[in-house]
Amino acid sequence: MSLFGEVPQATPVAVFKLSNDFKDDPNPMKVNLGVGAYRTDEGQPWVLPVVKKVEKLIVADNRLNHEYLPILGLPEFRSSASKIALGEDSPAIQENRVGAVQCLGGTGALKMGAEFLRRWYNGNDNMKTPVYVSAPTWENHNSVFANAGFKDVRPYKYWDAEKRGLDLAGFLGDLETAPKHSIFVLHACAHNPTGTDPTHVEWMQVAEVMERRKLFVFFDSAYQGFASGCLDKDAWAVRYFVTQGFEMFCAQSFSKNFGLYNERVGNLTIVARDADNVRRVLSQMEKIVRVTWSNPPSQGARLVAITLNTAELFAEWKDNVKTMADRVLLMRASLQAKLQALGTPGTWDHITQQIGMFSFTGLNPKQVEYMIKERSIYLMASGRINMCGLTTKNIDYVAKSIHETVVNVQ
Amino acid sequence: CVLLVTSAAAPSSQRCLSWWGGVQMGPPDPILGVSEAFKRDTSPKKMNLGVGAYRDDHGKPFVLDCVRKAEALIASKQLDKEYLAIGGLGDFTKSCAQLALGADSEVLKSGRNITVQTISGTGSLCIGANFLSRFHSASRDVYLPKPSWGNHTPIFRDAGMQLKAYRYYDPSTCGFDFNGALDDISKMPEKSVIMLHACAHNPTGVDPKPEQWKEIADLVKKRDLLVFFDMAYQGFASGDIDRDAWAVRHFIEQGHKIVLSQSFAKNMGLYGERVGGFTVVCNDAEEAKRVESQLKILIRPMYSNPPMNGARIAATILNTPDLYKIWLEEVHGMANRIIKMREQLAANLKNEGSTLDWQHVIDQIGMFCFTGLKPEQVERLTKEFSVYMTKDGRISMAGVTSSNVGYLAHGIHAVTK
Repeated sequence: MSLFGEVPQATPVAVFKLSNDFKDDPNPMKVNLGVGAYRTDEGQPWVLPVVKKVEKLIVADNRLNHEYLPILGLPEFRSSASKIALGEDSPAIQENRVGAVQCLGGTGALKMGAEFLRRWYNGNDNMKTPVYVSAPTWENHNSVFANAGFKDVRPYKYWDAEKRGLDLAGFLGDLETAPKHSIFVLHACAHNPTGTDPTHVEWMQVAEVMERRKLFVFFDSAYQGFASGCLDKDAWAVRYFVTQGFEMFCAQSFSKNFGLYNERVGNLTIVARDADNVRRVLSQMEKIVRVTWSNPPSQGARLVAITLNTAELFAEWKDNVKTMADRVLLMRASLQAKLQALGTPGTWDHITQQIGMFSFTGLNPKQVEYMIKERSIYLMASGRINMCGLTTKNIDYVAKSIHETVVNVQ
Repeated sequence: CVLLVTSAAAPSSQRCLSWWGGVQMGPPDPILGVSEAFKRDTSPKKMNLGVGAYRDDHGKPFVLDCVRKAEALIASKQLDKEYLAIGGLGDFTKSCAQLALGADSEVLKSGRNITVQTISGTGSLCIGANFLSRFHSASRDVYLPKPSWGNHTPIFRDAGMQLKAYRYYDPSTCGFDFNGALDDISKMPEKSVIMLHACAHNPTGVDPKPEQWKEIADLVKKRDLLVFFDMAYQGFASGDIDRDAWAVRHFIEQGHKIVLSQSFAKNMGLYGERVGGFTVVCNDAEEAKRVESQLKILIRPMYSNPPMNGARIAATILNTPDLYKIWLEEVHGMANRIIKMREQLAANLKNEGSTLDWQHVIDQIGMFCFTGLKPEQVERLTKEFSVYMTKDGRISMAGVTSSNVGYLAHGIHAVTK
């Protein structure tokens, strides 16, 4: 008789199962276009040169130890991370109305934001406030908000499968009809999984409706720098909303743009009306942190803080980021060109129009299954591919496989 | 704008424009708040006896030699930074479980435990509390010893559990209220969760003796209670890893299917790296797989997967015989220094002329000492002597050194005579 006799087997998280299946595949031609981690042209993980440099600095510094960080994290990390998102000269920073919580990756930042909102936003412990996530979105968004207690997590129209682009009318329509004070999770750039971002003009339209209807802005920024190769360009939407006077949250991840995936480096940036509001919000964030992880891990945050706060290292980092973004752009251009040259049915412009790590190919579930089973090319059932999985050595195989799949499987 | 309940201070018009007008200022954390106050104090004689972080005899943070060596080893390997699995680093979780249960544990051999890497002890308790909340439908009640670590209560409450207490500390003896504990345990409803501190009870430093643990284990089994062990100080209590894990291993041998939280913050000095483990001892390997799948479902929306650095260091130490040996010596060394400080504090109090009984300072075990000081005495000790500690009279012995133990004794005597 067991206390846990009734515990059912949970279905595995899809993206990790995909990686496991890839690992077990004996086909030498196999390609992993699943998990969102950067790969070099040799198909290898890449520890950024600047990261290696700073790690050595940390090891050599005898003043450093492994003592607890404050509950909200390393102060120099929090402030420099927020500056990255909002810009050095952000009016909100100058007006002293920005706060931050160092968190365990982007997921941790979303979690802290969600837990806070459930307790303190739109009343106290109001679990009925609707939370809108894009259709489609990173699948974990749903769980983060549901586990924080929100009972009503709904999709907002975003991806237009037919035209393979943004469903702006649908998006704006959902903003117009959402109950007031609803929370909207917006992807700051390089939308996951579609790679489709609103243009500046489209963002302005979104902001106008959100302001008028008093909707809460919660940005998820996991790819700053990674999308266009330029930090400021990728932060345009976040900064625009700040200039429009929004109070908002921005969950930042340094997993991809610093390649620090397993060190769990994230930051929840809070923009509020004034310093007093920030102070009180942070004091309540501390309570939530204390019952979740007490204080965050020091290694990754220290590394990022040193990099962001040292001029030459900061420059080197931006360069490393551009290297990654440029390779992705090159693979996009190359894949699109090859599919066009092959005469693959359909249009493939979306591959170069989309931005960031992912591309929503438009392949349907049957075609995806074919790719996996017959070609050992692993991608998500949604048709999402990680551009980083493409290399100059495998891109021909992948292009030909997509061609064959589209032609033979409907 | 959102209608607000009236609240203090800020101009109402400003608050009205903000989403957060109704957010009250949260009270400072009672334990970590002590450190903040200490930092602000300018007295050259000030002592921080608040947070349980080990200090050497110069009052400095101590980075273990085995940790430095492990770091050098790791650096030389040029590893990548790819995401860990949701359940963490395999090398770590295996050795973490082994450390707690013993290398020859039948549980490990049969694979009927699931151990996941967690964000130190707090993260482990958080996952445990939420796992029980979700899957232990038989009871919402968690019984904590009176007193317990302050953070236990909000962690379980936040997970939706109901907090209850059982007698533990006897203020009249500054020792263990064995009969009171047995009496309270005998009345606990079946299937309730009982929290036990594996060793070096926090905050009192009072641990049951092995014979007492045996009786507790028997009674807990009779009452059919779910045991949640919190082991944050393995090695730190007696200086001996196996001795400190005795209670955990005894309960398992007696057939209890425990859940266990472990922290490597103190015994490896890895505080800020956040290294911990959560273990569920199941019926069999098949059940362990099911439980594992559900733990992952809990973890993914919290932080996706745990941080690598600290776990890698801990795993390296645990799995490299030379480093493991050094570690055991260093843990022994830390525990010994604490024991010596206890002896010196008691001796100094006697020398000061105190007629009170300070035996408990020596009898209590681990990092903390429940002095028996009342809140007013604590306040005086802080105000007049700049000695910082928590209001419950708890001091962290780790903050005591051979240079300040005399001053501490002087202050304690002054406020208690």
